[in-house]
Amino acid sequence: MALKQISVFVANQTGSLEKLVNILAEAGVDMRAMSIADTQEFGIMRMIVKGNTKACEALRNAGYLVNVSHVTAVEIPDEPGGLAKVVSILASHGVNIEYTYAFMTRSHGKACVVFRVEDNEAAESILAQNGIDTLSHLVAEDAPL
Amino acid sequence: MSTPRYYQPEIETMSIDEMKALQSEKLVKQVRHIYDNVPYYRAKMERKGVTPDDIHGIEDLHKLPFITKDDLRDQYPKGFLAVPQSECVRIQSTSGTTGRRVVAFYTQHDVDLWEDCCARAIMAVGGTNEDVCQVAYGYGLFTGGPGLNGGSHKVGCLTLPMSSGNTERQIQFMMDLEASILCCTPSYAAYLGESLKERGYKPEDNKLKAGIFGAEPWTEEMRRDIEKSLGIKAYDIYGLTEISGPGVSFECEAQAGMHINEDHFLPEIIDPDTEEVLPEGEKGELVFTCLDKEAFPMVRYRTRDICVLTREKCSCGRTLIRMRKPMGRSDDMLIIRGVNVFPSQIETVLLQEGYAPNYLIEVDRVNNTDTLDIYVELTEDQFSDTVKAVTAAEKALAGAIKTMLGINPAVHLVAPKTIARSEGKAVRVKDKRKLHD
Repeated sequence: MALKQISVFVANQTGSLEKLVNILAEAGVDMRAMSIADTQEFGIMRMIVKGNTKACEALRNAGYLVNVSHVTAVEIPDEPGGLAKVVSILASHGVNIEYTYAFMTRSHGKACVVFRVEDNEAAESILAQNGIDTLSHLVAEDAPL
Repeated sequence: MSTPRYYQPEIETMSIDEMKALQSEKLVKQVRHIYDNVPYYRAKMERKGVTPDDIHGIEDLHKLPFITKDDLRDQYPKGFLAVPQSECVRIQSTSGTTGRRVVAFYTQHDVDLWEDCCARAIMAVGGTNEDVCQVAYGYGLFTGGPGLNGGSHKVGCLTLPMSSGNTERQIQFMMDLEASILCCTPSYAAYLGESLKERGYKPEDNKLKAGIFGAEPWTEEMRRDIEKSLGIKAYDIYGLTEISGPGVSFECEAQAGMHINEDHFLPEIIDPDTEEVLPEGEKGELVFTCLDKEAFPMVRYRTRDICVLTREKCSCGRTLIRMRKPMGRSDDMLIIRGVNVFPSQIETVLLQEGYAPNYLIEVDRVNNTDTLDIYVELTEDQFSDTVKAVTAAEKALAGAIKTMLGINPAVHLVAPKTIARSEGKAVRVKDKRKLHD
């Protein structure tokens, strides 16, 4: 089971991010991971949150374009070469990574990384076969991370 | 410049009384022709209670109904064809597409009179059979290339039928074959000037002496720029497919307005709201009546161009009435890179492609070339988590608009509700070009 990711379309101008994160704050949404892809004219803010439903609802009510998609998240050792190992496994199996970003929180010497791939199930089974845990069970709706 | 020369001096310098008599004689025949052969126009005349018997000369012109672009759209493609198709030898078409496209038919007689008009324009800028005339207007359905090509033949110039684009080749032929007259859009002339400079040519390195530039609005400032960069005199030409093509009117050496070939195309200026005919010298909408075209005889065709006419004497010796460069439009049509664009065409594409009809069209001119930017609100259907999905949607929409308009826009997808909603009259177009002096 892949992880739910919320993507939001934002104009690339001063104050856009502030407005967006305030809406999430007011809705009481807890952000676990985020990244922003930016172009000259617009940005796409992607995030993993606790409380997907209320986050989407708050954003849509505020007029934002919201997309919910799935990503694969893995726990890797928080040490040099930790990320390289996972990426190499995916690459050697021909899995194309569209983008990747990291979780804000760390625990027990582990870091959490999100991968956007074409086929989450395939990526997860490849990682599992190579002894790498995916994180989906940890960020289920309203479950503690 | 040397002694003025005319292609058809007997017409171009005719006394005004003789011209009016000639126009009257032709008008009477033309009204009979369209009444007998175009049922749509006949019905219009009947609704107005006018018959050909009521038309004795140009003083009766005001009695006749107008033809608008909507009429042409309604009668697309052959409703205004006034002769058996077997007598036609050519069609030309406007740049607009779906619904807005106008197909004009020509008999050999119609092609001849159109080419005569272009020949008058070429001789008015000093063209003779010694000249090499580089025609860099598009050839094909667009009237620019075929019209000037025909005129150039009639004058006896060596004609270089370059068509538009391929700047490298344009420059090579211009230099190697020593072109002396250049015919193209003013923006392309400016671009050629810059391209020559980039390649290290000075204005005096080419053999050009004159340019005939039209099909899009341009300013006096642009004229001076082109004249400087190419080392030539730059002349304006005006026309529209509905009436024939380029050469409806043309500038002479005086560069003071365009002489209308009024023996073929009778002009009027009307108030676009009341449709009243306005006296000479007043600003209003330009209306043309084709006096002797056979296949596609427009009578009182509303051009939507806002303009002024003058009978003041011209130093070139021509007595043909002059029109000022059009000062705007009485509809929402934009001319972008020589192409007629209606905002409604863009709206049609947006709806087809699943977008809301909320958009902003921004037109500008950068380095003498028109730019077209279209801002459209993104919808959830086109949005996903990747940048490439948004840029792909922008590209797809730009492609669909290009198919419709024939020119490539830059499409910008923006967040919902960021384009002002229309309250009453929507402001959908921002034309930042300064096209009118």
